[in-house]
Amino acid sequence: MTPPEAPAHGTSEHPDVVRLLDADGSLSPSAAAEAYLPYIEALDDADLKTFYRDMAVIRAFDQQATHLQRQGQLALWPPSFGQEAAQVGSARAARAQDHLFPSYREHAVCRIRGVDPVDIIRLMRGLTHGGWDPADPKNGNTHIYTLVLGAQALHATGLAMGMVFDGRSGTGDPDRDAAVIVYYGDGASSQGDVHEAMVFAASYRTPEVFFLQNNHWAISVPVATQSRAPLVQRGTGYGIPSVQVDGNDVLASYAVTRRALDEARGGDGPRAIEALTYRMGAHTTSDDPTKYRTSDEEQSWARRDPIARMRAYLEGRGASAAFFADVEAESRAVADDARVRTNALGGIDAEAMFAHVYSAPHPLIDEQRAWLAAYEATFEGETR
Amino acid sequence: MPIAKALNAGLRAAMSASDRVLLMGEDIGRLGGVFRVTEGLQAEFGERRVLDTPLAESGIVGTAIGLAMGGFRPVIEIQFDGFVFPAFDQITTQLAKITNRHEGAVQMPVVIRIPYGGHIGAVEHHQESPETYFAHTPGLRVVSPSTPNDAYWMIQEAIESPDPVVFLEPKARYWQKGEVDLTAPAVPLHASRVVRRGTDVTLVGHGAMVTTLLQAAALAESEGTSCEVVDVRSLSPVDYGPLLDSVRRTGRMVYAQEAPGFVSLGSEIAATVTEKAFYALEAPVLRVSGFDTPFPAAKLEGVYLPDPDRILEAVDRALAY
Repeated sequence: MTPPEAPAHGTSEHPDVVRLLDADGSLSPSAAAEAYLPYIEALDDADLKTFYRDMAVIRAFDQQATHLQRQGQLALWPPSFGQEAAQVGSARAARAQDHLFPSYREHAVCRIRGVDPVDIIRLMRGLTHGGWDPADPKNGNTHIYTLVLGAQALHATGLAMGMVFDGRSGTGDPDRDAAVIVYYGDGASSQGDVHEAMVFAASYRTPEVFFLQNNHWAISVPVATQSRAPLVQRGTGYGIPSVQVDGNDVLASYAVTRRALDEARGGDGPRAIEALTYRMGAHTTSDDPTKYRTSDEEQSWARRDPIARMRAYLEGRGASAAFFADVEAESRAVADDARVRTNALGGIDAEAMFAHVYSAPHPLIDEQRAWLAAYEATFEGETR
Repeated sequence: MPIAKALNAGLRAAMSASDRVLLMGEDIGRLGGVFRVTEGLQAEFGERRVLDTPLAESGIVGTAIGLAMGGFRPVIEIQFDGFVFPAFDQITTQLAKITNRHEGAVQMPVVIRIPYGGHIGAVEHHQESPETYFAHTPGLRVVSPSTPNDAYWMIQEAIESPDPVVFLEPKARYWQKGEVDLTAPAVPLHASRVVRRGTDVTLVGHGAMVTTLLQAAALAESEGTSCEVVDVRSLSPVDYGPLLDSVRRTGRMVYAQEAPGFVSLGSEIAATVTEKAFYALEAPVLRVSGFDTPFPAAKLEGVYLPDPDRILEAVDRALAY
């Protein structure tokens, strides 16, 4: 079968796409962005610098994790390289009471909400299937990664339904009202669970933002194979107001998510965002993108690099060289810390296999745990 | 009262005891479910507690997972056994594993009610026995009541469970009447139970098959063979205590089930009983099951489903060793 021709997917240059920063870093709102300017005008220099810092630090961490995988310390690493603006903008738009459901590449989202990046490494190193408790205050209501594509869209929707039932959204008190963001990609947008989640979300008017990062490739399959129409139109079909944003523009990503979350929290029902971005790295460290995409394409996206763009913008606003040097030092420190602590991660006790299969006692598990312990004991004093 | 009414009463009791208990499913509200198990509950508890969901099984299970994360105790109805498969991914890769993936920090008190099994002459996908798929999945508990009293108590125990429970309702017995004792202490959820005493052969099964086993035992008695009947009740975990005690007394066992026999609950129980009671056995553990074919068109279900005659044929074989 011949592959489908590229459909009319939006590009970040289209006037309907919300974009605040030009590729060269000047503030140059697209037609669709005018309504979002107040969200940016409300930010001060410190906020803007935080966005930059978030992006730069997570990129350094991400590169370190990629190296660690190459050195055999991790089983796998899914790089976030290139997608920093979509993640940082959206996560910085959330309030403390909001819940975030990542897929498996949202390293920047996790770090912003307080999750220890080494907890993500523990997952990819094979020490856990989760790694953190979303309800622990230090994790900022960030749920664990889900590797089954799109499955978390339904969990997010169910949690948001519960917020409606408990009167935790739409009360008119923005400090108390809560919402949910669910992250997924262009590949996952083909999964039935994402569609069913949109049906439930629209029907129960959940306080929820569907945040689709269209990074243009589902491993080796281009987005044109996932959809003949711009993915932003999917939400509209379910009755969910939807917007397309330049996902390599951290200001635009922040503004559209901020507004969508405000509306969702306020009781207006779900919202959908398609962030146009690009996975600069491989899908995971097991992947070889040179087999399916051209260097021309990669270079054209490199010219729209989210970090370089924000740096140019901040420099235009007078940010000092000392600031950038400080960010670089922090980035190095976070990356070095990740390396040191990863190398120090120990093994795992076999007992962990039997823990938490069930919450209540289970005779079969108990029997097998006891059997293994007795079996292991027969090797005592021997080297296995 | 019949099993359907006992389940209704059990659901009502659980919903009255905690306002975190929610019912979700297709047509369970205004209609009361296609088998009327939830009849009247939406009128009593409101649309927020008894949800007529969109027609999307994966969506029902997946959103119930999110609701459980938010502190609710969702009780889902899957309309028919054969329609659980669109939700299979959410049940097996998500619901069953979420507590484990969170290292115990998140519990999943979700109950999935599934009317299952044959005997009602229905069309394709309406008479399946999917229990093995779920019993094979670590993290899930699987139970099936066979009497109104068990239905009333087990549904409440399942809702109280911090772990997800696949609750298989023998649809052929929905209208079978029996006493419900509202005061006596309930049998624990994961306990098997001797339902008829006997000395020659132990007959074992679950769900609708328990009634068939009792019919077979009555016929055997008229021919001079004394059969003990054990209702497994809990398919995961299996409570082997009463079962092994019985086999050690009778020395013979026949397992009967509607599901295909290959890699089934009967296979598992036969293997375990053989391991644990080998020297007590006078004959191999025999299985009577549905054939390893798709559930046949309704006009053939009488041939497919184990009936008292097929069970007695196995009893005769066991006694011939």
